[in-house]
Amino acid sequence: MTLEIIGISVLWLFLFLYVIVASIDFGAGFFNAYSSFVGKQHILTGIIQRYLSPVWEVTNVFFVFFFVGIIGFFPQTAFYYGTTLLVPASLALILLAIRGSYYAFATYGAKINHRGYIYMYGLSGLLLPASLSPVLAMSEGGFIQMDNGQPYLDYWALFTSPLMWSIVVLSLTAVLYISAVFLTWYSSKAGDIKANELMRKYALIWAGPAIVTATGIIYELRSHNPEHYARILDMWWVFAVSFLLFAGTVYLIWKKRHYGWAFILLMGQFFTAFFAYGASHYPYLLYPYLTIYDSFTNEAMAIALIIAFIAGLCLLLPSLYLLFRLFLFDKDYIEGKSDYHA
Amino acid sequence: MEFQDPAFLSRILTLMTLSFHILYATIGVGVPLMIMIAQWVGIKKKDDHYILLARRWARGFVITVAVGVVTGTAIGLQLSLLWPNFMQLAGNVIALPLFMEVFAFFFEAIFLGIYLYTWDRFEDQRKHFLLLIPVALGAAASSVFITIVNAFMNQPQGFEILNGEMVNVSPLLAMFSPAVPTKVAHVMATAFMTSAFVLASIAALRMLGGSNHIYHKKALFLTMKLGLVFAIATALIGDFSGKYLAEYQPEKLAAAEWHFETEEDAGLVMFGVLDGEEVKYAIRIPYALSILAHSDPFAEVTGLNEFAEDVRPPLWIHYLFDTMVTIGMWLAFFSFVYVVAAFRNWSFIRTRWFRWLTVAGGPLALIAIEAGWWFTEVGRQPWILRNHMKVGEAATTSGQVGLMIILFAGLFVILGIGTVVVLTRMYKRNPVEKELALRENSKGGEEE
Repeated sequence: MTLEIIGISVLWLFLFLYVIVASIDFGAGFFNAYSSFVGKQHILTGIIQRYLSPVWEVTNVFFVFFFVGIIGFFPQTAFYYGTTLLVPASLALILLAIRGSYYAFATYGAKINHRGYIYMYGLSGLLLPASLSPVLAMSEGGFIQMDNGQPYLDYWALFTSPLMWSIVVLSLTAVLYISAVFLTWYSSKAGDIKANELMRKYALIWAGPAIVTATGIIYELRSHNPEHYARILDMWWVFAVSFLLFAGTVYLIWKKRHYGWAFILLMGQFFTAFFAYGASHYPYLLYPYLTIYDSFTNEAMAIALIIAFIAGLCLLLPSLYLLFRLFLFDKDYIEGKSDYHA
Repeated sequence: MEFQDPAFLSRILTLMTLSFHILYATIGVGVPLMIMIAQWVGIKKKDDHYILLARRWARGFVITVAVGVVTGTAIGLQLSLLWPNFMQLAGNVIALPLFMEVFAFFFEAIFLGIYLYTWDRFEDQRKHFLLLIPVALGAAASSVFITIVNAFMNQPQGFEILNGEMVNVSPLLAMFSPAVPTKVAHVMATAFMTSAFVLASIAALRMLGGSNHIYHKKALFLTMKLGLVFAIATALIGDFSGKYLAEYQPEKLAAAEWHFETEEDAGLVMFGVLDGEEVKYAIRIPYALSILAHSDPFAEVTGLNEFAEDVRPPLWIHYLFDTMVTIGMWLAFFSFVYVVAAFRNWSFIRTRWFRWLTVAGGPLALIAIEAGWWFTEVGRQPWILRNHMKVGEAATTSGQVGLMIILFAGLFVILGIGTVVVLTRMYKRNPVEKELALRENSKGGEEE
């Protein structure tokens, strides 16, 4: 294994983890806003307070980890993506700020439960993946062009691209699906029957669109980036495994059994698909300008970063374990029997 | 036109984001230690007031942390969005502390979540107290790593440039540039000092509002003592910073001090205004600049004349420097008077005008923080990476920076107002007297 591969694997793993934990967070906010909108409010509010409030900052760090890490391992990405992502990334930052401030002002603070705020919080959960996911489309090439040696983003090409829109739609359906499956499990652990029924229904509703849009992207790639498409076909069996895992999740949820396993299968589904997609994207970070090899940092820095990463992990894993034990696996806490907020 | 120059606009946006973020970051680094001390005193003295103090500070602290998290994410990403060429170059050498900062923050965020949601969950208060240690350590470590990056920008080392390529990179050497010790110590000490004075402000404001509970007196006395300790530490470190600047960044010190010609027995210029190259209305302290720079009243101090015009920092940083130093000195003096008077039981510290001066301490300290960061950043101009890359070469070429300025300005206004409104509302709805009464009742006869 070369240093380049180690670097990109670590980053891809953290991006995967961010996709999962952020989807839970984004989707929950949307479902909460939606149920408030149709008058079934407060079914999910308790769950959001119990689970999401203590962990959203941790969720956010996964994102920071990814963008700091990619600049560290592949400094040239700053040149290509930094300039071109100014607008979409700034919008994402504003949306993140809306979410952060909701937790700060509405759930920790003076409990401002203004409806407008709940809607904004919910809506930001959909707009965020929509503003972040186009980066995946941009990396396929054709949208970032060079002018006098400076990269710029061709907005017209991007906004008229079916590939970009399929990726956006996939990100939305995936967010809602992942979140619904997780909350089905969490609410069943919490013994909250009402929330559980609602979330199970949402999980089943969003399962279909999620898998259809995912397949749609592979189809779009055939015309947009044949090279990438060919490599995806080479790895067809990994995607097949992913599909089987998906079927397993849906089956368990349908049968109302083993929600915990259903969520683990879902993680497996996304893990396999995400890594197969990433591997087929190899070695490009940006078609056709940037590969992981020509953008890689120097050897000394790469080794230093990997050592720091391992040391950091030794610190993080036990802490994360403690966090999840307290807020995810502690029965009294989840069921809301105890409230120890400062 | 300057307003169409992406480099100029990027500077404005970075200035705006940093100026806003630094308020929350400073509190984020300093307040965990204050909470820790209060809770520790409470456990040691078995005094419920201090425990409650820690708890109420923690409640407010979460809100500032949350805003700090989002603005910190913003500045972290903006570094790459607005200064892509700098990040591409610097990423090769200084990525390590940035990466480690993420871990430190990770650590802090995890334990902060746990700490906040586990009040009274443990039988033994000391166990809960232990959870605060990683929070304070993580917060402090984050600020150390970020300050290391800033130190590198001021005094880069650990690499060589050969034909435009970076070679012989040593990430560790880059991390420990000569600017690190004074910068890190200064950032930490001022964060603790500022947090102490901000909390003292709040206590004084409550007392002015008519609340005469002993709880506020304890809070005020504790924070003023801490403020004094860290104000003295800051002054000592400030002296070392002067020596660092004289040795490694003499142009910054010279510009801050309006020291135009290299000379021996250099005097220190305080205040004043600049009329061309003539200093008017200033107070000159003989020999003081030589002492600050080299601990020797007769030593030679390098003047601006030794530097080409295009690499001299702007001279207006003198005002920033003066603002920072004056406020620092005032707060050290003021807290000293308070602490002595409190021990001697002099009554003037309980007068309204003195309370108002105490209230002013928090905002003043925050102004000093802003002035200090503006001073160090503007004082590095025209460089983004001193002697290697100028700000103009580092910036994005995107034409949309102006639009983003408007967007973020709106965001910061909302977040700023939101913080103030939510904090005041939260404490007003649940005043300490009410909470204390509630705790007394629920405890029944347990009280000693």
